[in-house]
Amino acid sequence: MSMPFYASAEQIMRDRSEYARKGISRGRSVVVLTYADGVVFVAENASSALHKVSEIYDRIGFAAVGKYNEFENLRVAGIRLADLRGYSYDRRDVTARALANAYAQTLGTIFTEQQKPYEVEICVAEVGVTADDDQLYRLSYDGTIVDEPGFLVMGGQAESLNGELKKAYTPGATLADAIAVAVTSLGSVGGTDGQPRALPATQLEVAVLDRTRGKRKFRRIGKTELAGLLPAASGDAPEPAPVDTPPHDEEAGAE
Amino acid sequence: MSRPAEQGLLRYATSPGSSSFTEFLAAAAPDLMPGNQRQHDGLAPHGTTIVAATFAEGVVMAGDRRATAGNIIAQRDIEKVFTADDHTLIGIAGTAGLAIELVRLYQVELEHYEKIEGTQLTLDGKANRLATMIRGNLSIAMQGLVVVPLFAGYDLDAADPATAGKIYSFDPTGGRYPEVYYHSVGSGSVFAKGALKKLWKPDLDRAGAIRVLVESLYDAADDDSATGGPDITRGIYPVVYVTTASGSERVGNEELEGIVQAILADRTSRPGA
Repeated sequence: MSMPFYASAEQIMRDRSEYARKGISRGRSVVVLTYADGVVFVAENASSALHKVSEIYDRIGFAAVGKYNEFENLRVAGIRLADLRGYSYDRRDVTARALANAYAQTLGTIFTEQQKPYEVEICVAEVGVTADDDQLYRLSYDGTIVDEPGFLVMGGQAESLNGELKKAYTPGATLADAIAVAVTSLGSVGGTDGQPRALPATQLEVAVLDRTRGKRKFRRIGKTELAGLLPAASGDAPEPAPVDTPPHDEEAGAE
Repeated sequence: MSRPAEQGLLRYATSPGSSSFTEFLAAAAPDLMPGNQRQHDGLAPHGTTIVAATFAEGVVMAGDRRATAGNIIAQRDIEKVFTADDHTLIGIAGTAGLAIELVRLYQVELEHYEKIEGTQLTLDGKANRLATMIRGNLSIAMQGLVVVPLFAGYDLDAADPATAGKIYSFDPTGGRYPEVYYHSVGSGSVFAKGALKKLWKPDLDRAGAIRVLVESLYDAADDDSATGGPDITRGIYPVVYVTTASGSERVGNEELEGIVQAILADRTSRPGA
């Protein structure tokens, strides 16, 4: 009988973290930030059918980066949980906080108990009656939950994007200004020779949680409307974005 | 070995491919399904007459405001017509408690599908889905707790906007029947339909269609004790919804008051009507 190799818990967790982080960092980024009328989601996504941003409930939206099948699973489960709570209690009893907690528990369990962690990072956002009540939660692959004030960045190069956004973000901006800030930040990395990239409307997926709307606050901003909202410079010179939805990491899979 | 899909929140995501909230609810929380509690027929209030008619721009649906429990008027301002989503209306005749719960579930069902799939069901798809839910209620219907809906909507896929307003009726076994022009369900439906036969015309406008429906409810209330007529002293008028290409709206009380007064004046001049 062969003895299994001993690996310390610390080592196992570090390996899993590294695996998940590697998967996430190869995908394109998503920026979520608050503006005057609510929350705006800006994702770099060339596909108009496979969404990274979605409606969960009346006041709650969802954004994700990483492996599509994994965050799609989480998105559907979130919609089901929200609809179940709203049906059995009341529509006002569905909150982003409860949903974010459920996601955190789930991701945490998967991280510690499964062979392979989820290679995802997700954001649950809720628009409040006033700007002070807006909430942004960021959830990581290991179940870490952070309540972010104002804005958050997920995906590849999140750290440098975070720095860009910190400089440019102002609370209470108009929708066009908020989108411009997000798009400029997204384009600040990944260009050739460190040059900023121009991102046309066709490369972006944008949606808002708008507190001035009726019952359902979530609204997608179509390509035509988006082109009108974008700063003039980003309309032309479409540059290919870096590869998205990375294939399975074969090295890490051979254990 | 536990699969990741069974953990935490993800136990809700175990069956990929299903976008139905009803199927999910039946598996995840069967106690919340409408009709899973046992009620007694004699105690449960009943709702009564619902009418719907098409017109040039879409479709109109109206329901009276009375609920009865045996000989007693259980409620005089109950609402039995609802919007299911932006472009569809649902009216319910039958056991009130069960009916309202069924409407609530159906509203979540349509929204749930839209959120998961990223697109709405077609109008025929919505009607078929409702038929399946009624069929699921059949065993309760056999005990006397019957719910019969009337479904109408504006078909966004219709080639000709003039024929986009559509009405569907159902039977308790889940049969689904597309209706042309107009239809009525509930205990006063015989009288309402008789009135509609004489009043409905193909070239009705919005105001004309509303008047025709309110007048047919007046006739139903005239001959059916379980259907309530317009209550002028309390200002309680039928619930009327209009659905067109631009969405659904409820007709306001002021407009209905004018229509009711016109009908009463008309009827006063023809006491034999």
